[in-house]
Amino acid sequence: MQFGLNESQKILQSNARRFFGTECPMAEVRRIMETETAHDEKLWRHMAEQGFLGVVIPEDAGGMGLGMVELAALSEEMGRALVPGAVISNLLAASAIDAAGSKKHLAEIAAGKTKATLALLEATAKWDPEAVAMNGLSGEKMFVPDAGIADVIVVAARDRGELALYMVDGKSASRTLMPSVDLTRRLYKVAFNGGGELLARGDSARKALDHALDVATVALCAEMTGGMQRTMEIAVEYAKTRKQFGKPIGQYQAVQHQCADMFLWTESSRSAAYYAAWALDAGIAEARSAVSVAKVYASDACREVGNRGVQVQGGMGFTWENDTHLFYRRAKASEIAFGDATYHRERIARLVIDQARSEAVNV
Amino acid sequence: MDLNLTPQELAFRGEVRAWFAANVPKDWVKRRNAEESMQARFDYLRAWQRKMFDAGWAGVSWAKEYGGRGASLMEQVIFIEEMARAQAPPMANVLGLGLIGPTIIAYGNDAQKKRFLQKILSAEEIWCQGFSEPNAGSDLAAASTEAKLDGDHFVINGHKCWNSYAWAADWCELVVRTAPDKHKGLTVLLVDMKTPGVEVRGLKQMSGESEFCEIFFRDVRVPAANVVGQVNDGWRVAMGTLMHERGTFGAALQVNYRRNFQRLVEIARERKRTDDPIIRQKLAQMYAEIEVMRCNQMRAFSRINETGVPGPEGSIQKIFWSELNQRFQQVAMDVLGPYGQLAHGSEDAFDEGQWAYGYLRSRGNTIEAGTSEIQRNIIGHFVLGLPKSY
Repeated sequence: MQFGLNESQKILQSNARRFFGTECPMAEVRRIMETETAHDEKLWRHMAEQGFLGVVIPEDAGGMGLGMVELAALSEEMGRALVPGAVISNLLAASAIDAAGSKKHLAEIAAGKTKATLALLEATAKWDPEAVAMNGLSGEKMFVPDAGIADVIVVAARDRGELALYMVDGKSASRTLMPSVDLTRRLYKVAFNGGGELLARGDSARKALDHALDVATVALCAEMTGGMQRTMEIAVEYAKTRKQFGKPIGQYQAVQHQCADMFLWTESSRSAAYYAAWALDAGIAEARSAVSVAKVYASDACREVGNRGVQVQGGMGFTWENDTHLFYRRAKASEIAFGDATYHRERIARLVIDQARSEAVNV
Repeated sequence: MDLNLTPQELAFRGEVRAWFAANVPKDWVKRRNAEESMQARFDYLRAWQRKMFDAGWAGVSWAKEYGGRGASLMEQVIFIEEMARAQAPPMANVLGLGLIGPTIIAYGNDAQKKRFLQKILSAEEIWCQGFSEPNAGSDLAAASTEAKLDGDHFVINGHKCWNSYAWAADWCELVVRTAPDKHKGLTVLLVDMKTPGVEVRGLKQMSGESEFCEIFFRDVRVPAANVVGQVNDGWRVAMGTLMHERGTFGAALQVNYRRNFQRLVEIARERKRTDDPIIRQKLAQMYAEIEVMRCNQMRAFSRINETGVPGPEGSIQKIFWSELNQRFQQVAMDVLGPYGQLAHGSEDAFDEGQWAYGYLRSRGNTIEAGTSEIQRNIIGHFVLGLPKSY
C-alpha cells in the first residue's frame, strides 16, 4: 500500500510550488484581484506552457493525459499560492466536454488559447443536476464562475424535458458581474438567447456532468487543502513571533490548541482529498461517496481553519493588509462551490442510508 | 499512489479470514453483551488466546525468534482488521501482547526474553502496567513510587492507579523512582504481582465496570535482575512502551466504527427516522468522519511502511478517533431518542443496553492513552514548533 505521491508526482508538485512562488507571489495576487476579471493573460499562458491547464485532458486531445492524483498535487499548490482566476472553471468545462465524448476545444483549452467555464446554477441555486430547469438556451444562469473571460461556456439546460449540455460562444452571451466575497474568482449572471451546439443529452449528459463535477470537486478539495495549509502557516508564524505578557503567544495553550486543531483539519482534508483522487482514478465503487466525503470534510474544515487563522492573529488577523482574509474569502467561495457540506452530506445519506443493501458501506 | 493489496497480502488475508471463520466461537457476540462475572469472562478470553496461540496467531507482529510470525506492518493491519471483521473475542493478555512484550523485546536482556515472552503469547502469565499515580497522570515523570536498593533487591513503596486488568494480572511493568532527577531518575521493573506487599483494589468506572484498579506497594522486594534496560533510564523505556500504543492500534477501530455505524443505520430504519433531514445529516457526517479516519490511517501506515518512522500526520490519530467516537455516541443518542438511556437489563433496550454503556464509556476515550489536551500540546510543540506551554 502506498498512500502519497510517487517520485514524479513529487517533482510535479515541487516544480509547481517554485513556479507559483516566482510567477504568482501574493503581491501579484493582490494586483490581479483588482482587475475587472481577476484574470491575467500572461500568467495564464505561462501556466499553459507548463501543462497546468491540461493535466487530465487526454494526450490525444492535446493535454498531459495524467491522472487525478497529479491534478490534486498541482491543485494543492495553486490553493497554497491563491492563484486567481479560471483554473477550476476551465477544468470543469473541459472535463464535461471530454466526458461527453467530444474533443472540441480541448487542445485550445490545454494550450491556454481558449478559456472555458460551465453554467449550472439558476435562481434556485441548487447544485443537484435534477434542479436544472432552463429550457434550451433561453434564460439566465447565475453564479457562473469566470464567465467574464470565457470563450466557451458549457451550459446545463433542458431539451424537451431531458437534461442537456450545450456549448455556447461566451462572447454571444450577456454577462453581468455578481460582486462577491472571493476577490480572486469572479461570478457572473449570464443571459442566454439561443445559438449553441448540443454536446450531450439525457443519460449521457447526466453522466458527463456528474463526472465533470466529481473531477472539479476533488481538484477543489485539494486546492482548499493548500489554502488551509498556508493559512495555518501564517497563523503559526505569527504565534511564534508575537509576544505578549513576556512570551510568544503560541506558548499559551488556548492559542496553541487552536493551531493544533488547524493542523488536524488540514491534514485530514489532505487525506480525504487524495483518497478521493485515487478512488476516481481506480474507478472503485465507493468513488462517488469518497468525493462527497472529501467535500464535506474540506468545506467545514476550511471555514474553521480560516476562523482560527484570523483569531490566532488577533487584531492583525482582521486587517486588509494581512493575507489571511484573502484565503478566508476563497475558503468561503470554495465551501459553497459544487455543493457545501450540507449538500454533500445529503448525497452521502442517499448513497449510504437509502440503499436497502448498502454497497457503499462494506465492513 | 496505490491502495490495493499485493497478491501476498491478499493471500495472507485469505488465510486469516478463513481461520477466524472456522474458529471464532458462534456464541461470543451474545455472550459479550450478557451478564457475566469478570473472572468468568477473563477465563473465557484466556482460553481463546490459548487457542489462537496454539494456531500460531498470538503476537503476529513479534519477530519469529520470539514466537511471533514476524508479520509486516501491512500484514499486522490486515490481521487486526480481519479479527475485528470476524467479531472475534479479544485476547486476554492484551497489554502483554501489545505493550509489555514489545518493551521486553526492545529493551530487555536475553534472560528476560527467555523467561517472559513465551508465557505472554500463551496467556499463561497476564500483564498489567504500573505507570500512572494519583499525582502523576499526564505528567508521568512526576511518579514518586520509590524503589530503594537493598543488596540485590529493590524495595518498593508507593501507589499506582488506572491499572487496567491489574486484578487479573500475574506480572506488572512498573515505573519507579530510583533517583531524584525528574526524567533521569526513573526505572522500569518487572514485578510479580504475588510478591508480598502488593495489594490490588478495583476502581469502578462511571460506565459501571471495574476494568481498572489501583495497586498499593508496601515494602515489596523485587530482584534487581528485573530492571528493564538500565537503572535511571526508565523514562526512555516507558516512552518506548507508550509509543507502541500508537502504530497499529487504530486498525481495528475503523472496522468497529463502520460496524457500529451500520447497526445505527439499521436502528434508524427500525425507528423510522431515516427521512428526518437532521438525522440524515448527522448520520452522513459520521460516515464521512469514519471514512476520513480510515484515509488518515492508510496514510499513516503507508508512511511507517516506507520510512519506518511515523510522520506528523500520525499525531492526529488519537484526537481523531477519541473525539469522533464521542460525537458518534451522541448521534446514536439522537437516533435512539428515549431508548438511548435504557441500560443493561432493560427488556426494551436496543442491543442489550450497549448504547447507553457505549455513551458513558466514550467519555474515557479523550482521557486514556494520552489526553486530548496533551495530544494538542504534542502537536503544537513537536509538530508545529510552538514553544512548550509547560
